[in-house]
Amino acid sequence: MMNDLMDFDEVLARFEPVIGLEVHVELSTASKMWCGCSTTAGAEPNTHVCPVCLGLPGSLPVVNQSAIEAAIRIGLMLNCSIASWCRFARKNYFYPDMTKDYQISQYDEPIAFDGTVTIDVGGEPFTVPIERAHMEEDAGKLTHIGGSGRIQDADYSLADYNRAGVPLIEIVTKPVTGAGARAPEVARAYMEFLRDAVKALGVSDARLERGNMRCDVNVSLMPIGSEVLGTRSETKNVNSLRTVEESVRYEMRRQGAILAAGGRVKQETRHWNEAGYTTPGRSKEEAEDYRYFPEPDLVPVAPDAAWVEQLRESLPENPVSRRSRLRAAWGLADREFDDVVGVDGALDLIDATVAAGASPAGARKWWMGELARRANEQGCGLDELTITPKQVAEIQDLVETGALTDRLAREVFDGVLGGEGTPAQVIEARGLAVVSDDGALAEAVQAVLAANPDIVAKIRDGKTAAAGALIGQVMGRLQGKADAARVRELIMEACA
Amino acid sequence: MGLTRDDVARLADLARIELTPDELAHLAPQIDVIVEAVAGVAEVKDDDIPPLAHPLGVVNVRRADQALPTDWQALRPVLEQDAPAWQDDRFRVPRILEEEE
Repeated sequence: MMNDLMDFDEVLARFEPVIGLEVHVELSTASKMWCGCSTTAGAEPNTHVCPVCLGLPGSLPVVNQSAIEAAIRIGLMLNCSIASWCRFARKNYFYPDMTKDYQISQYDEPIAFDGTVTIDVGGEPFTVPIERAHMEEDAGKLTHIGGSGRIQDADYSLADYNRAGVPLIEIVTKPVTGAGARAPEVARAYMEFLRDAVKALGVSDARLERGNMRCDVNVSLMPIGSEVLGTRSETKNVNSLRTVEESVRYEMRRQGAILAAGGRVKQETRHWNEAGYTTPGRSKEEAEDYRYFPEPDLVPVAPDAAWVEQLRESLPENPVSRRSRLRAAWGLADREFDDVVGVDGALDLIDATVAAGASPAGARKWWMGELARRANEQGCGLDELTITPKQVAEIQDLVETGALTDRLAREVFDGVLGGEGTPAQVIEARGLAVVSDDGALAEAVQAVLAANPDIVAKIRDGKTAAAGALIGQVMGRLQGKADAARVRELIMEACA
Repeated sequence: MGLTRDDVARLADLARIELTPDELAHLAPQIDVIVEAVAGVAEVKDDDIPPLAHPLGVVNVRRADQALPTDWQALRPVLEQDAPAWQDDRFRVPRILEEEE
C-alpha cells in the first residue's frame, strides 16, 4: 500500500503543482431539497424518508426555496455570475446510496459560475478562480458489514436513506496554478475560507468533522516550463483542514516519484487514510459516463434579477476582511489570533463577547482556555456549550472589577454550564463573591501575621518574596474568595 | 453516424442490462434504426427556437423550507417488502465492490 515519495523540495524543483478543489457544502435547511422530510441528523434509520426521496414511482420533487436562496448567496460570496435561468440535470449511476439510480444535480447550467475569491494564505493574499457552484442532493448512508468493515472486503451493506435528498451545494474551483510550494497551504486556506463564508451566510453548520463540508482534492504536476496539465488524481474523504493540506502534499510527493521514475500518473479516484497516505479508491472501470440529461420532473429556476441584487446587498462581511479587521482591532499577538482562527466558532464567540463589553484579551482568555478545555471534555463544539458570549462578558467584567478571582470565575462557569442559572444566580447560590469588605480582609491578615512572626520579620528585612506564604494562608482562611493582589497590599502595609 | 455493436454493448453495460452475444447481434441493428429515425429532428433549423425545458413552460415552482412529519411507519412494510433484503431498519444490499488487485 505504501507509495514511493519524492522529497517535497525536489518536487518543487522539477514540477509545478496544479490543484483543484470540489467542496460539498451540506445546507442547514429544515427540510430536504425536494420534499418535506426533516434533515435532522441522528434519527433512527429510514425514518426521514418519503416516496419523493426514495424515488418511488409517481412521486414528484419540488425544489426547496431556501436552498435556492442559499445557493445564490454562496455564489455571490464567491463573486460568481448568477444564472438568470438554469435547469437541474439527472446524473445516472448505479450505486445503492441512492434508490433512484440517479442523483438530481446540475450539469451544464449551474446556478452560479465564473467567480474568484481572494483568500489569506499566511498573511499573503492568493486568488482562487471559481468554476461554478451548483445545487444537488446528498446520497444515503451505507454501512459495510463483514470483513474489516471496509467496502472492499464487506459481505454486504446496509442502506439508510435519511440523508438522501439533503440539499448540497457543490463548489468547484478552476485549476489553481502558481501556488508552488504554498499549494498545500492554499488548499487549506481556501477550505477555511469556505467554512467561514458559509457560516457567516448562516447556510450551513459547516462542521467538517461531521461531514457538513466534504472536500475532493485534485492534484496534478506539470514539469516546470510546460503548459500542459498533467494527469490528475482525485482524493476523496478529505474531511478536515489539516488533511486537505496533507493530502495535497502527499499527492505531490507520490506523483513526483512516479513521474521521475519515468512512469505515468493514473487518472483515478484515491482514498485518504487517516494514517496519512492515499490508496486507490473506487476504480473507474471506464471513464465515468453519467448520461446526464435535463431533469424532466423539475421546472427551470429563473431567479429574479432584483431579488439577486437584494441578496447581494445583504451579504455578510467577507471572512477575509473580517479577519483582518478583527486582527487589527483586538490587538492580540499574531500567534494568539491564529489560534483563535483555528478553532471552530471561536472567532464568532469572541467577537460576540467583545460586543457584549469584554476586552478582547479577556474574551480570548476564557474561550480559548477554560471553555475550550470544557468543550473538549464534553466532546462538543465551543459554540455548543450552554453559556452565551454575554454571560462570559459578565463574568469577565466581574473579574476585572475585582468582584471575582479567576478561581471563583471558574466556579461560576461550572455553575452556568451545569445549568444552575445565570452568572448572578450562580454567584448568589454558591456564595462566590470575593470578600471585598476590608474589615474582614484585615481581620484575616492580622490573624495570619500574628501566627507567623518569623515570616513577618523576613518581610521587614526586605525579603518581600516571603509574603507569598502569607497570602496563601490568608486566601485559605477566606476560602479563596479574596483578591490576592489586595491581600498582598494589606500584608505589605501591615509590615511596613 | 450509425450505432455500432460496441456502442450498444457499452450502453447495455451502463444501464446494467445483461445481453448475450446473440441478443446483442439481434438488437444492435434495431436500436440503430430507431436512433436513425429520430435523428431527423437534429436537422431541423432551430437557431431561433429556444429549447423546451419543460412542457408546461413554467419556471420557479418552489416549496417553502418546512419540515413536515413523514409517515414512515406506513411506508415501512412496503419498503421491507420491496427491498432485496431488510436488516436493522435498513435496506440490505449485496456487496458493492469486488476485491481489487
